Amino acid sequence: MSAAAPKIRLKGVRKSFDRKIVLDGVDLEVGVGESVVIIGGSGVGKSVLLKCILGLLPPDAGSIQIDGQEVIGLRSRDREQVNRKFGMLFQGAALFDSLPVWENVAFGLLAQKRATRAAAKEIAIAKLSQVGLGPEVADLSPAELSGGMKKRVGLARAIASEPEIIFFDEPTTGLDPIMSDVINDLIAKITRDVGATGLSITHDMASARKISDRIAMIHAGKIVWSGPTSTIDKSGNDYVDQFIHGRAEGPIKMAVRL
Amino acid sequence: MMILQPIGRTFLQFVGTLGRLALFSGAALSHIVRPPFYARVILRQMIEIGYLSMPIVGLTALFTGMVLALQSYTGFARFSAEGAIANVVVLSMTRELGPVLGGLMVAGRIGAAMAAEIGTMRVTEQIDALETLSTNPLKYLVAPRLLAGLTMLPLLVFVADIIGVFGGYLVSIYKLGFNPANYLQNTWDFLQLQDVISGLVKASVFGFIVTLMGCYHGYHSAGGAQGVGSATTNAVVSASILILCFDYILTEMFFAR
Repeated sequence: MSAAAPKIRLKGVRKSFDRKIVLDGVDLEVGVGESVVIIGGSGVGKSVLLKCILGLLPPDAGSIQIDGQEVIGLRSRDREQVNRKFGMLFQGAALFDSLPVWENVAFGLLAQKRATRAAAKEIAIAKLSQVGLGPEVADLSPAELSGGMKKRVGLARAIASEPEIIFFDEPTTGLDPIMSDVINDLIAKITRDVGATGLSITHDMASARKISDRIAMIHAGKIVWSGPTSTIDKSGNDYVDQFIHGRAEGPIKMAVRL
Repeated sequence: MMILQPIGRTFLQFVGTLGRLALFSGAALSHIVRPPFYARVILRQMIEIGYLSMPIVGLTALFTGMVLALQSYTGFARFSAEGAIANVVVLSMTRELGPVLGGLMVAGRIGAAMAAEIGTMRVTEQIDALETLSTNPLKYLVAPRLLAGLTMLPLLVFVADIIGVFGGYLVSIYKLGFNPANYLQNTWDFLQLQDVISGLVKASVFGFIVTLMGCYHGYHSAGGAQGVGSATTNAVVSASILILCFDYILTEMFFAR
């Protein structure tokens, strides 16, 4: 493994469901410590791409490497080893509602028996304070939390096992603009603090600009543009221009019958 | 050709489901014996299935035993064979009604709850979250439930057998005026160990069926609230039918010579 090996490298990743092609040869590299945001409309395969990288869906073809290690077709035990490098913030937070907040945050530590329950609770409370939640939240059940608090707890859970790569699935969906900004700040701050590599998918441009070093645009199963965040307004790419300005007219045709 | 098409398609779907079910249960069963074990989760499921189902299964058994005594009295009185009531009650309860009715009640109580819980976890991405936290969902969610079903149902049915026999005793003594000592003697004399054991083995199989159906349908549910709803229905219906079906198969295995 060379020192310059990217953290995540995708090559020609393809995935289709029945006859519908969702990913049509995706190539993407994410460097160590870099934060990349993938933008794209609804239903263009952003979530599927993320699920392929996480190993929740098997791609039909192509290669996915984490730290230079091919992860497609790994046995489930080796897969679990790779997943220990990951933290993931789900769109709906996906908190376990049978467990109190602190057990959610410390779930990875407890499940892998890396900490006693008392120690795990302390770590959980520390992680909660990192996302701006007080210790009184620790014993609540997820059902008692507001949407923004759930996202924060989800974020605390994602960073609890000190992952090398953190994935964010639509981190601001369903939140008001102010709470969105709070979450964006948290994401930017935390990924910087822990020095983790970040890969996010979103269609919220404000969020994308705030948390990314680099933006890649996916359309019709392919990456159509990728570049530093500062250059996105001068991309010269019709797809990107249409998307960031939110125009109905342009090369991207929405499958809507008027 | 148009007639054959749907028949073939249905048959292929059926075989496909059977194969998926076999793979699913095989994988989940293998996780029961492979570490790590989630003791707290297993214990919680055992309490849920074994302890908290006790009231409804006990009530079912009590009334079944009482009805058995009453019904067989009206029948047997015509042949002056009232003495056989004790045997009828104890044999029917241990061999047949304890496990089957217990299994059906647990299917309604536990199978439905499991399908709904796991189904909701599926559609809210909680199962995906388990995997990203390096936890195998089959090991964390399914294996503890199967283990609890396999072990707790026999215990539950053993208690139900006793309550059922007691129900028959109550009716026979206080309503039909039997001699308590004779009744108990009759109960005890004709009961063989095999009757009880066969019932408990049935119970274990039924416990496996109920939890497997609950987990399988929940795990593969899709499409939001409606998907979870149909997963719940499918879990209860398929578990109930399979219980009755396997009841015959197991009876055939135990008692047909």
